[in-house]
Amino acid sequence: MENILIILPVILSFVILVVPSRGRYYSTLFISLGIVLITSVPAVSVIFSKGVVPEILHLITGLGSITLTIDGLSAFFILVTNFTVLTGLLYSKGYLSTYSDLKSPAQLSLHNFSYTWLHLSMLGVLMLRDGLPFLIAWELMAVSSFMLILFEAEKRATLKTAVNYLIQMHIGLVLLVIAFLLCEADTGSMSFDALKIYFSHHPNTGLFLLFFGGFAIKAGFIPFHTWLPEAHPAAPSHVSGVMSGVMIKMGIYGIVRVLTNVQSDLVTIGLIVLAISAISGILGVMMAIVQHDLKKLLAYHSIENIGIIGIGIGLGAIGLGIHNPLLAMLGFGGGLLHVLNHSLFKSLLFFSAGSVYQACHTRNIEQLGGVIHKMPVTAGLFLTGSMAICGLPPLNGFISEILIYLGLFRGLSAGSVYQSIYMLMAIISLALIGGLAIYCFTKAFGVVFLGTPRSESHTATSEADTGMLFPQFLIGALMLLIGLFPLLFLQPLTSLILVQFQISIDPAWLSITDSLSLIGRIGCVLIGMVLLLFFIRYRVLKTRNVRQGPTWGCGYTAGNARQQYTGTSFADAVAGLAEPILKTQKKEQPISEEEIFPAERSFATHPADIFRLGLNRLVDFLMLILKKLARLQTGNIQHYILYAFIFMILIFVLLYLKIL
Amino acid sequence: MIALLLAIITALFFPGIIVRVKSIVSGRKGPGILQPWKNIFVLLRKGSVFSTTTSYIFQIAPVIYLATLICAIILLPFPGMPSGFRFGADFVLLAYLLAIGKFFFIIGAMDTGSSFEGMGANREALYSMLAEPAFFILFGTLALLTGHLSMQSIFEHFHFSGYNTLIAGMIAVYVLIQIAMIENSRMPVDDPKTHLELTMIHEVMILDHSGFDLALIQIGTNLKFALYGILIANILIPVSWSLPYRIGLFFGIQAAFAASIGLMESFRARKKMMKNPQFIVTLSSIALVGFILSLLMMYQLIR
Repeated sequence: MENILIILPVILSFVILVVPSRGRYYSTLFISLGIVLITSVPAVSVIFSKGVVPEILHLITGLGSITLTIDGLSAFFILVTNFTVLTGLLYSKGYLSTYSDLKSPAQLSLHNFSYTWLHLSMLGVLMLRDGLPFLIAWELMAVSSFMLILFEAEKRATLKTAVNYLIQMHIGLVLLVIAFLLCEADTGSMSFDALKIYFSHHPNTGLFLLFFGGFAIKAGFIPFHTWLPEAHPAAPSHVSGVMSGVMIKMGIYGIVRVLTNVQSDLVTIGLIVLAISAISGILGVMMAIVQHDLKKLLAYHSIENIGIIGIGIGLGAIGLGIHNPLLAMLGFGGGLLHVLNHSLFKSLLFFSAGSVYQACHTRNIEQLGGVIHKMPVTAGLFLTGSMAICGLPPLNGFISEILIYLGLFRGLSAGSVYQSIYMLMAIISLALIGGLAIYCFTKAFGVVFLGTPRSESHTATSEADTGMLFPQFLIGALMLLIGLFPLLFLQPLTSLILVQFQISIDPAWLSITDSLSLIGRIGCVLIGMVLLLFFIRYRVLKTRNVRQGPTWGCGYTAGNARQQYTGTSFADAVAGLAEPILKTQKKEQPISEEEIFPAERSFATHPADIFRLGLNRLVDFLMLILKKLARLQTGNIQHYILYAFIFMILIFVLLYLKIL
Repeated sequence: MIALLLAIITALFFPGIIVRVKSIVSGRKGPGILQPWKNIFVLLRKGSVFSTTTSYIFQIAPVIYLATLICAIILLPFPGMPSGFRFGADFVLLAYLLAIGKFFFIIGAMDTGSSFEGMGANREALYSMLAEPAFFILFGTLALLTGHLSMQSIFEHFHFSGYNTLIAGMIAVYVLIQIAMIENSRMPVDDPKTHLELTMIHEVMILDHSGFDLALIQIGTNLKFALYGILIANILIPVSWSLPYRIGLFFGIQAAFAASIGLMESFRARKKMMKNPQFIVTLSSIALVGFILSLLMMYQLIR
C-alpha cells in the first residue's frame, strides 16, 4: 500500500506530458493535490505527536529498499513546501494563460511536468536520509528548476542565466558529494545519521563547513549567491515564488539537518554562520535597493531574508554550544519560523509583481508608476507583503524577527565579553537590515504603484483576474493569522526543535510565549485603533467640504509624469553612502563650461554586484588559460597520438619513481 | 495607560513651549502656549482637498501614523507604575510600531506623485534608517547593565545598580534627545521653519495633506515628542520618590526638554543635507561608546 501511494504520483506525473492542452492544468493540479495529500497527512500526524514519533516508509524497488523518514524537521518543511507549491500552481493558471499562444503545447506540458517534478524532488530531499538517494533528489531538484527557468528560452539572457544556474548548482553538488564521501570513508555508511558517528570523533568545523558550502549555494548566502538574482527574474513569476519561497530553503533545511548531528565546536560554527548571515543580510538588502528590475529587487531580498534566517540558526548553534537551551530555542525557533514567514510573503510579493508584469509588460521600476489606480487589489496585496517583509507588526515577519531579537538581547548578558560584543554586532546588523528594508520597500511600492504612470506603453489597464488574486489572499490571510496568533504556529515548532536538538525546555520559555501572545493582542489593538480612527475620519469628512484638485506643484504648473521621483533617485542616497560596496556604474555627460545652451543629454546607472564582477574576473582568467591551452587542440591526428605517448611515458616515469 | 494620559497632557503644552522659548530668545513676545493646538482645532474643522493623483494610501496614511503612535505610547511605562503591556524586548515592538507609521507616512507622500514630496520621503527613509541602530544599541546597553529586557524592568533596575550607571544614563539621555530631534524632523537635521521646499523633509511630505488629515499628522508629531519625553523621564526619575513628586518631576523634565529644544533651535543652524548622514551615524557611535564603557565596567576590565 505504501509503495503504491509513493510510486503512483511519480508515474502519474508523466501523464501531464501526454494530456491534451485543455486538461493540462487540471491534471497537474489533480496530481499536485494528490502529492500534497499523501505527504501532508503523515507530516501533520508527526507534528501532532510533537515530532517524537517519526513516520518511516519503506519503498521497495528493484534496486533495494529506500527509506523515507518524516521527522519533525522534515514535517515542518514539507508543510511549508506543499502550501507554497500549491498556491503557486493556483496562481500559474492565470499567469500562464497569456503564454498559451506564444508557447507550443509541448513546451507548456514540459513546464507543468517540471513543476510537478520540482515539487516531488523537494519532498524527496526532505524525506530521504541516505546519502545517495538524497543526492539524486537534490540533483533532480536542480534539473527540474533548470527546466523551469528555461521557460522563456528564446531570450538569450534567460538561456545564459539558466546554464549559469545549472553550473553553480553542480559546484554545490560536488561539495556535498565530497562531504558525504568523507563521512563514508570514515564510518562506512553515507547518510545523515552516520554523520553523528563521524562528528563524535572528529573535529566538527571542517566537515560542517563543507556541507555549509554546498547548501549555502542553494540557499544563496553571500558570497555564494551570484546565481540567485539572475535566475529568479528569468523564471516565470509563479516559479520565482516557489524557488525563492521554498527551493532555496532546502539549503537551510540541509544546514539545520547537519547541525542536528554536530557534536562539538558548536560555538565556532555558530559564529561563522552568524557572521556570514549578517553580511548576507546587510549586503543583500543594500544591493536590492539599487535594482531597477522589480523581480531582481525581490531576489536580492531573498538573500537578505536568508541572512535573517541564518542569524537565527547561528544564534541557535551558539545557544547549543554554551548550553543555554533558551538561546537555542529562540534562535532556531525564530530562524525556522522565518523560513515559513519568508515562504509566505516572498511568494506573495513575487505573485503580485508577476501580475504587474503581466499587466504592464515590463519589470523595469523606472517605467512603471501609478499601477494602484488600475490594480488596487494587487497593490494592497503587494503592500501587505512589503509590510511583512519589513518585519512590521501585526504581520508575520515581526514575530520571527522579535524572537531572534529576544535571543540576541538575552545573549548580551549571558556569557563572556566577546559574546556580548558579537551579539551586539548581530543586533546592529538586524536593526540596519530592518531600516534598509523599509527604505527598499517604500521605494519599490512607492515608485511602482503610486504616482502617475511614467510610460504610456507600460500602463496597467485592468486588475489581475480573480483566479490569480485568490491564492494571494490565501497567503495574506495566513500571514495575518501568524501575526495575530503567533503561538498557534510557534508552539508546535518549538516542540519539534526540542526533540530535534535533544534539549529540555527552559522555564523562562513561558515568559517568551506570554510576550508573543501579548504582541498578538497589541496587533489586534493596533488594527482596532486604525479602524476606529478611520471610522471617525470617515464620519467627519462626510460633513466637510471635500474637493479634488491637482497635486501642489510648488508654484510650477507644467509638471509631468517624467518629473516624478524615480527609483534611481530614491536609491541614490544609499547608493552614494555605500558606493565602495555597491559600485553602481553611472554613465553621465557633464556639462562643460563653454556650453551656454546645453544639448540633449542622457544618464544611465547600472547596479553591479561586486561578487559577480569578481566571479566574472575569475572566469575571464580561466578562459584566458583555457584559450592558451586550446592551442594543443590542433586537429592533427599525429599530435593526439603524440600526447597519448607523452602521457604513457609520464605514467611510466611516475611509476618507476614510485610516486604513483 | 497612565503613560498615554501623561503623554496627552505633555503633548498639549510641548509645541507651545518650544515656540515660546524660540520667540523670547529672538526678542519677540510670541504666541500663547496653546496656540499650536488652537491651530490644530482650526484644521480639524476645515474641509479637505485631495490630489487627483492620490489613491487610498493617501487616505489611510495619516490614520495609521496616529494609531501607531498611540499604540506605542500605551507600551511605555511610567516610573514606579505597572504598565499594561510588559514583556521581553518590548522596545523592539516600540521601534517597529514607529516604523509602521514612518512607512505609511513615506508612501503617503509618494502617493502624490510630486517630485518634492518624493525627495522628502526619500530623506525621511534614509535618516530614520540611519538612526535605527542607535536606538537598539542604547537599549542593548541598558539591557546589559540591568540584566532585564522589558522597558519597565530596565528602568526600574537602572537606578539601583549604582553610580557606574551615571555615565550610561548621561549618554542615554543625550542619544534619546538627538533621536527625538531627528525623528521629529527638527534642527539640526531639518528646519520646520524653512520656506524652500527643496530643503524640507517633514514639511514637504505633508504639502498635500489638508484639513482633518493634516491635523491628525500634527497631533501625531506632538505625541511623538511626548513619547521620547516619557522615555527620557523614565531614565531620570528615581522610582523611590513618592508619586506626586514623580509626576511633578515628570512635568519638570518635559518642560526642560521642550525648552532645551527651543534653545537648541535658536542657536543652531541646520546642517547641509550632505552632512546629515554623518551626523546621524555619529549618534550610533556615541551609543556604541556607551555600550563598550558599560561592558568594561560590567566585567570590571577597568577599575
